[in-house]
Amino acid sequence: MQILRRGILASVITLFWAPGLGRAAEEPVVAAASDLQFALAEIRALFAAQTGRDVRLAFGSSGNIARQIRSGAPIELFLSADESHVLALARDGLTEGEGVIYALGRIVIIVPHGSPLEADGSLEDLKAALARGRVEKFAIANPEHAPYGQRAKEVLIRKDLWSALEGKLVLGENVSQAAQFATSGAAQGGIIAHSLALSPDVGRRGTFALIPADWHTPLRQRMVLVKGAGSVAREFFELVRGPGGRAILKRYGFTLPGEPG
Amino acid sequence: MDWTAFALSLKLAFWTCVLILPVGVVAGRALAWGQFRGKALLEALILLPLVLPPTVLGYYLLVGFAPGSALGRLFASLFGAPLVFSFSGILVASLIANLPFAIQPLERAFEAIPPAVREAAWVSGLSNWRTFLKIELPLAWPGLVSGLALTFAHTLGEFGVILMIGGNIPGETQTLSIALYDRVQAFRNWEAGAMAAVLLAFSFLAIAIVHVMARRRPWLHG
Repeated sequence: MQILRRGILASVITLFWAPGLGRAAEEPVVAAASDLQFALAEIRALFAAQTGRDVRLAFGSSGNIARQIRSGAPIELFLSADESHVLALARDGLTEGEGVIYALGRIVIIVPHGSPLEADGSLEDLKAALARGRVEKFAIANPEHAPYGQRAKEVLIRKDLWSALEGKLVLGENVSQAAQFATSGAAQGGIIAHSLALSPDVGRRGTFALIPADWHTPLRQRMVLVKGAGSVAREFFELVRGPGGRAILKRYGFTLPGEPG
Repeated sequence: MDWTAFALSLKLAFWTCVLILPVGVVAGRALAWGQFRGKALLEALILLPLVLPPTVLGYYLLVGFAPGSALGRLFASLFGAPLVFSFSGILVASLIANLPFAIQPLERAFEAIPPAVREAAWVSGLSNWRTFLKIELPLAWPGLVSGLALTFAHTLGEFGVILMIGGNIPGETQTLSIALYDRVQAFRNWEAGAMAAVLLAFSFLAIAIVHVMARRRPWLHG
């Protein structure tokens, strides 16, 4: 009995000690802006099918990921939702050069089913609804560190809606959480990434309309390999910028570099 | 169900329990019988994580163990990786956050042992060490089981600290409760639902164990 018990204990300890469980170095961490939540999951599946290898995806706001890379997080590839965070990391010598632009992002206004708002890309209906007091909560990503939140703030300021809306905003920690807030039914709508609205999981919860691209600073989405990145991360980087990755990104509404919007 | 996150949570809870057990026994025993200056202050410090917002602990760990700082460099040289965004980092955080959960039940259990029992052991010629092993520990075991059950369940549920210093990295710091949060953001509610059910079951089990143990007083049964 004693021996059996010791045996069980020993095997439990070996199991948890096994390095493979905690750190699969051969499966690098790819950290990405959460507008890529659905597109990158497909690219990962394609990667696995083509190479038999896998990566670990971690999503968040670009600002938070950049801060994590500065703190020494074991991230090998960073796909940002804009380029400022990548360029700042590159300036500080944390990355392999400045990387490449892999896509241009678009923003949409999304309203859940049953909302008093209309999905109107000109934001005129939002303006009218605000004037009539039909908007209680409106979701965007946190403009402090999420690029999609910054662009949402830009268009709201441009349309003179920011001051009226500011007290009614619910801020997602990243654009995916903003999408979740916007379509939960607890808010009347929100401004989120086109790529998220195009996924069936989000799309079936409401209707959306594109906001003109020239109303905000372009979302030039840049990705970069972090210094020390391994060969698997490099292969994944190549897949994202190659035809396989581009086809998937295009399906999720991204404008591709070198192609007309 | 995310098995990577589940395994990581179990691993974190397991190592938290293993490492906190000696601390709990030594500290619980010392606090139960020891009289020393600053005891009240020490007890208050140990209880602090019960009421301290986890984000406060997360903030201090994040700032205190930043890669550039002295503590951060020391940690990195000892464990080969920075504290933030690594498994060893969330383990340190989990140990601190669980101090009251491990120490409190053990302190109560040691307190409940009548002094006459220990005195009888000494009179019978048992050394301090053997008294501890043969008399005190068997009598205090319900407290030990309660402390470990609480620590285990509390670690599975830890969220705030891990979110702040963990960074949501699958297989490294994305524990079950963080994965649940992540899946809700990813609109994968069915997966989140499975994780919620697992966490609910573990929490209930832990409380049930503590409850049963609290009724058990082995020395009364002879």
